[in-house]
Amino acid sequence: MTSMKTINFNDTNPGDKLPELEIPVTVALITGGAIATRDYFPGHHDKDAAQELGSPHVFMNILTTNALVQRFVEKWAGPQARFKDLKIKLGVPNYPGDTMKLMGEVTDKDEVSQTVTVALAGKNSMGTHVSGTVSLTLPV
Amino acid sequence: MADYEWLKPIREMVGREYGRIIAWDEVNPAMVRQWCEVMGVENPLYTDAEYAHQSEFGELVAPPSMLQSWCEAGFYRDSYAPGSTEDNPYTVLKLIEAEGYPSVVAVNSELTFERYVKMGEKLYYTTRFDAISEEKVTALGTGFFVTLIMSYFSINDSGEDDKVGELLFRVFKFKPANPVARPEKTESGLPKIKRPKPGISDDTRFFWEGCEQGELRIQHCKACDKLQHPPAPVCMYCHSFELDYQLASGKGQLYSFVVMHYPEVPPFDHPNPIGLIELEEGVRLSAQLIDVDKDQLQIGMALEVRFETFDDEMTLPLFAPVSAAAESLT
Ligand SMILES: [Zn+2]
Repeated sequence: MTSMKTINFNDTNPGDKLPELEIPVTVALITGGAIATRDYFPGHHDKDAAQELGSPHVFMNILTTNALVQRFVEKWAGPQARFKDLKIKLGVPNYPGDTMKLMGEVTDKDEVSQTVTVALAGKNSMGTHVSGTVSLTLPV
Repeated sequence: MADYEWLKPIREMVGREYGRIIAWDEVNPAMVRQWCEVMGVENPLYTDAEYAHQSEFGELVAPPSMLQSWCEAGFYRDSYAPGSTEDNPYTVLKLIEAEGYPSVVAVNSELTFERYVKMGEKLYYTTRFDAISEEKVTALGTGFFVTLIMSYFSINDSGEDDKVGELLFRVFKFKPANPVARPEKTESGLPKIKRPKPGISDDTRFFWEGCEQGELRIQHCKACDKLQHPPAPVCMYCHSFELDYQLASGKGQLYSFVVMHYPEVPPFDHPNPIGLIELEEGVRLSAQLIDVDKDQLQIGMALEVRFETFDDEMTLPLFAPVSAAAESLT
């Protein structure tokens, strides 16, 4: 179980680093993630179909990437944090056998709305899979 | 730049709204729990009713990033729940494709949340064709950035539907620059990222062959006795074609440099320091700098060539500080 503690808005500062999260990219995560997000595009569950498309194996869908970004940020922020947005730019694919390492940092704080912005990137052996920002409201 | 004639009707479609696509299922705890299980999301707000009861929502809510999933077609492609539009919000992509831009890659996904959704809510979304860029040339190929904006609503029996979030989705619809080359596979099955190879011509071949021999060969004009780099078909001083090469000592100093921070391009080091090196012989060449901290780079510092072989097939001249180079020989 994740720690139930939520970060206090006043305890965050621009430059704060989020604990890194390494996620093993497996066939199960890619296919399970695609189905859990109701994405039945063949490239996400059928290796033959993925290879027809020029990929070596099935590749992670965007909605799973979004979910993993949420997990990474939420694990740091805690259950009382509330997401205002989640904005990502997509890079190289996530293929089975790789590991994605998520890294992030607080870049901005808005005192009035008690919102922090986190800039993040998820990298695998081929480069940056995802980069982007997440804004969260935190309790004081 | 003048637009293509066929783009005019597409540009006139900008701003067009496409009707509802309705969720097959109400927001429900079973799909939420299974999503959390696969994704490794452990926040009790989504799965622990007792915990959620104490939150400002008073009950379970769905993970925000799950928003799009509710309205996905599902197992049968392009099959949407009854009441959904027949209109395809991706029409614009099909129109561009018909003009010879077959490939598509997602570039941006930007979710904005108005509020969290609760169990039992029924969602739908509408799509707006927001923008199409000028024709752009990228590393992938030539094409157009197309931006769609999906607005998500919760159906409200008492009248006004309630907007719960928005997705800005941008894709690049393009003609690939190169036929898709299948990347070489490694034992793990992951594609191996290789260092890009230089383009080698009859004029430059001696230089790269020299690298393989551990020689730094600099082009030399037999007519006027000057050196030049990079190699060219003709002497840039006297226009003679009578060219051969001389061996440089490999020693020089840092004339200028840049440290490349972005983008991070594997397999290069990051950040990647690149120097313009003035050789003892008087010509300059650019090369990757190695064995030196980027903060210790100084104009004028003494450097020495180091030949390194990459991917068992390509030898490149890199430069290291003289002391470091000397140490590596011991
Ligand atoms: Zn000459």
